[in-house]
Amino acid sequence: METGLSVLIGLFFAVSVYLMLSRHLVRILLGIAILGNAVNLLIFTAGRLTREVPPLIPEHLYTLVTETANPLPQALVLTAIVISFSFFAFLLVLAFRAYQELGTDDANEMRVAEPEDDPLPPQGY
Amino acid sequence: MTPASTDLTILALLSPFAAAAIAPVLTRYLKHNAAWLLAVVPALIFLQFATMIGPVSEGAKILPALHWVPSYGVDLSYLIDGLALTFALLISGIGTFIILYAGGYLKGHPQQGRFFSFLFLFMGAMLGVVTADNLITLFIYWELTSITSFLLIGFDHLRAASRRAALQALVVTGGGGLALLAGFVTIITVTGHMSLTELLSDPEALRGSEFYLPIFLLVLGGAFTKSAQFPFHFWLPNAMEAPTPVSAFLHSATMVKAGVYLLMRLHPVLGDTELWTTVLPLFGGATLLVGTILGMRQTDLKLMLAYTTVASLGLLVMLTGTSVNKALEGAVLYLLAHSLFKGALFMVAGTIDHEAGTRDITRLGGLRGAMPVTFVAASLAALSMCGLPPFIGFIAKEILYEGTLEVGSGLVVTAVAVLGNALMFAIAAAVVLKPFFGPKVETPKHAHEGPVLLFAGPVALSVTGLVAALLAHTTGELFVAPTLSSLLGEAAHVELHLVPAHVGMPLLLSLVTVALGVGFYLSLARVRGAIAGALTAIGWGPDKGFDQFVAGLVMIATAVTRGVQRGRMQTYMTAVFAITALSLLLPLALADGLPEMPSFPEFRFYEWGIFAIAVVGLAAVLTAANRLTAIVSLGIQGFAVALIFMLFGAPDLSFTQFMVETLSVVILALVMTRLDLTPADHRPFAAKVATAIIASAVGAGFMLTLMSITQRPFDTRLSEFFAEYSRVIAHGRNIVNVIIVDFRGFDTLGEIAVVVLTGLCVLALIRVRTRTTSEFDDGAGEEALAKPQDLSNRAVHAPVLEAKG
Repeated sequence: METGLSVLIGLFFAVSVYLMLSRHLVRILLGIAILGNAVNLLIFTAGRLTREVPPLIPEHLYTLVTETANPLPQALVLTAIVISFSFFAFLLVLAFRAYQELGTDDANEMRVAEPEDDPLPPQGY
Repeated sequence: MTPASTDLTILALLSPFAAAAIAPVLTRYLKHNAAWLLAVVPALIFLQFATMIGPVSEGAKILPALHWVPSYGVDLSYLIDGLALTFALLISGIGTFIILYAGGYLKGHPQQGRFFSFLFLFMGAMLGVVTADNLITLFIYWELTSITSFLLIGFDHLRAASRRAALQALVVTGGGGLALLAGFVTIITVTGHMSLTELLSDPEALRGSEFYLPIFLLVLGGAFTKSAQFPFHFWLPNAMEAPTPVSAFLHSATMVKAGVYLLMRLHPVLGDTELWTTVLPLFGGATLLVGTILGMRQTDLKLMLAYTTVASLGLLVMLTGTSVNKALEGAVLYLLAHSLFKGALFMVAGTIDHEAGTRDITRLGGLRGAMPVTFVAASLAALSMCGLPPFIGFIAKEILYEGTLEVGSGLVVTAVAVLGNALMFAIAAAVVLKPFFGPKVETPKHAHEGPVLLFAGPVALSVTGLVAALLAHTTGELFVAPTLSSLLGEAAHVELHLVPAHVGMPLLLSLVTVALGVGFYLSLARVRGAIAGALTAIGWGPDKGFDQFVAGLVMIATAVTRGVQRGRMQTYMTAVFAITALSLLLPLALADGLPEMPSFPEFRFYEWGIFAIAVVGLAAVLTAANRLTAIVSLGIQGFAVALIFMLFGAPDLSFTQFMVETLSVVILALVMTRLDLTPADHRPFAAKVATAIIASAVGAGFMLTLMSITQRPFDTRLSEFFAEYSRVIAHGRNIVNVIIVDFRGFDTLGEIAVVVLTGLCVLALIRVRTRTTSEFDDGAGEEALAKPQDLSNRAVHAPVLEAKG
């Protein structure tokens, strides 16, 4: 099972990296959204897979008795989903504002901080 | 040592730092008169150290200590023996008069308080260097002196020459400091001793070590740069850009002697080897000659004195390098004498500059009548520097000649010493005779005697030089003998007389020195011309080399930055992902970590279905030609992920993922409809292929790593811990929730903080209106601005904030 999911996760990574290597903000954003999913699935799968049984302790018991899914990666991923979502929202607004201010969605044309004809730093003391 | 006096000593060693803090406040209220009050601090330190003269001269070592960073064995421990005490007395004694002098010299300067502050910081650091017992503490104090020296040289920071000199001094001495640190660390590693006390009690530990050579070179790197030995001598004359009190204190009497101190301090453990007695006299002798010859060329009083300081440091290193008892005794005496006369002469040079308006000896003359007190002080100091009786300089020269004659290659060392001393004689004579004698020359300012703040220092130091010689026997017993004992690592006996016991070689050499010196003085103008001509002919020196070094460094840095930071995000991203792929794949391939060929995975049919949906979603995002398709496809793969979580026992994840994906799609749709952008890829085919290769490599890297990880046994201890205690101690049945809100509650708090912060950033991004846009004055920006945006902003704003809630 883990093997099969590994292939799928590899695909997620490949697609997200391909999108992020584009010059256009929209594609980069899409890539980042997919990257979040790829990483979450990676953590989830690395903790091994168990079908269908959630890690819940039955009402009348104090510990787990049956085989359940691993709770630890789930807790980690739950945090990661929320963080990657807020990260995505921030980047989205940032990209939107950048487009408004700079009038381009091409990352290579955004050169306010590093202009092409940047003068040399001062040579003296 | 009683606890009370331990506390007092540590208090004395730390008090300059406290004085540095209050000096600016005092100066604000009392103006230059604050100097009188501030000078009490070094005076009290001097008195505290003076109480130790008795016990130390009887051979005691005083070891006050405070634990500082006990876990690393770094203690604030001090070692006060003869060598340390002599230095400490010089620093605090001369420091007292320097503070007074600085009060008069910078009278009315708006930053006088800051200047006092820097001087005190330096004083504290320098006292630390000479008394520190722990090697690491010693190094920290050592670097502090470099930093305070930088601040003081660059005090007049509005002049480029000051800034250059300050930077140069910092680079040279700081670079040496790094070498010294490496040397100390090697010493600590080789011997296991962190303190000088332990190190000195184990004298053969280093000499016999196979690491002797690197340790020797590294320590020399520190000592030679600090003490301005050839070829690192160039920073010291440039440091004369500093106000004169600094030149007198740091760059003649104390700081530059830190290198000599270090060599003397480590002499018992590093000295007396073939390497030591070859390298040190060689460089010391070269420095002596280079310093005096370059000094002859100058006409600026301060520069003449600066080059003779370089020369004197060379002489001290040469003598320390001989490892002959008598020569070492000469070095100790000369060290004392030099601090006294050179400190005084620098202050005199400053006073002349202050009162007459110039320091150029060709534009000065006949000041004797106008500045009688300064004249007397200058004469006494210069006579000591010339090595004439009855001054401490004379006794020092007698002893050092006696010592050089005992050295193996005595003839060469003695000849170098005689020549150097003769040239210094000529410069000393010029420093006093040119400004004070001869016909009165019109100076830029009308010269008259300086205030008592200015002449107190020169008078006190030069008179001390006379008294120390007249009481030669006491000087020898109380100062020279204990110091020499530290150098030798065993008790030493010193018998000093003002009048030579017999007429021998040393006295004869003294006469030769005087005769040569008078000759050099009389032909000063010609010698100066000849040296200037020779220097012009050579045309290159280490000073110019430093400029070339800095210019080269800036050029290389620019080239590297231009090469690495191209300003193209795609380049950075490509580099990041290429390296990610390599760092995933290479270890797998090299360390034989590739997973075994897996069997065909057994999934149920609906699982296959969900995987297929995810793949379709991904493919659709890649190929989407318009905005809506891209957004919807993104949603598809997200919901597929949510279903995967559901199928493998993670309903909480599934829920969250559903909500987040829905919100993402909504927000994305809202923003994208305002942006007239297409998600299609317009790049040439070749670029797409290159990107695809990198992307596939990253994907394959993660896939193989994950396969390889999941094929290994799994350590379930942590998960079992949570399963076992979730209900028992945290009273929750949903283990995932218990982990999040209880076991790892602080993580969740951090997560919430991140979400809140992101929300605030989004808010700020939207609220900050386009005031600054006019700075990005390109046409495209204006165009985008022209669009009505208020509406769209509010539309984006609302759902984003909602999502945070």
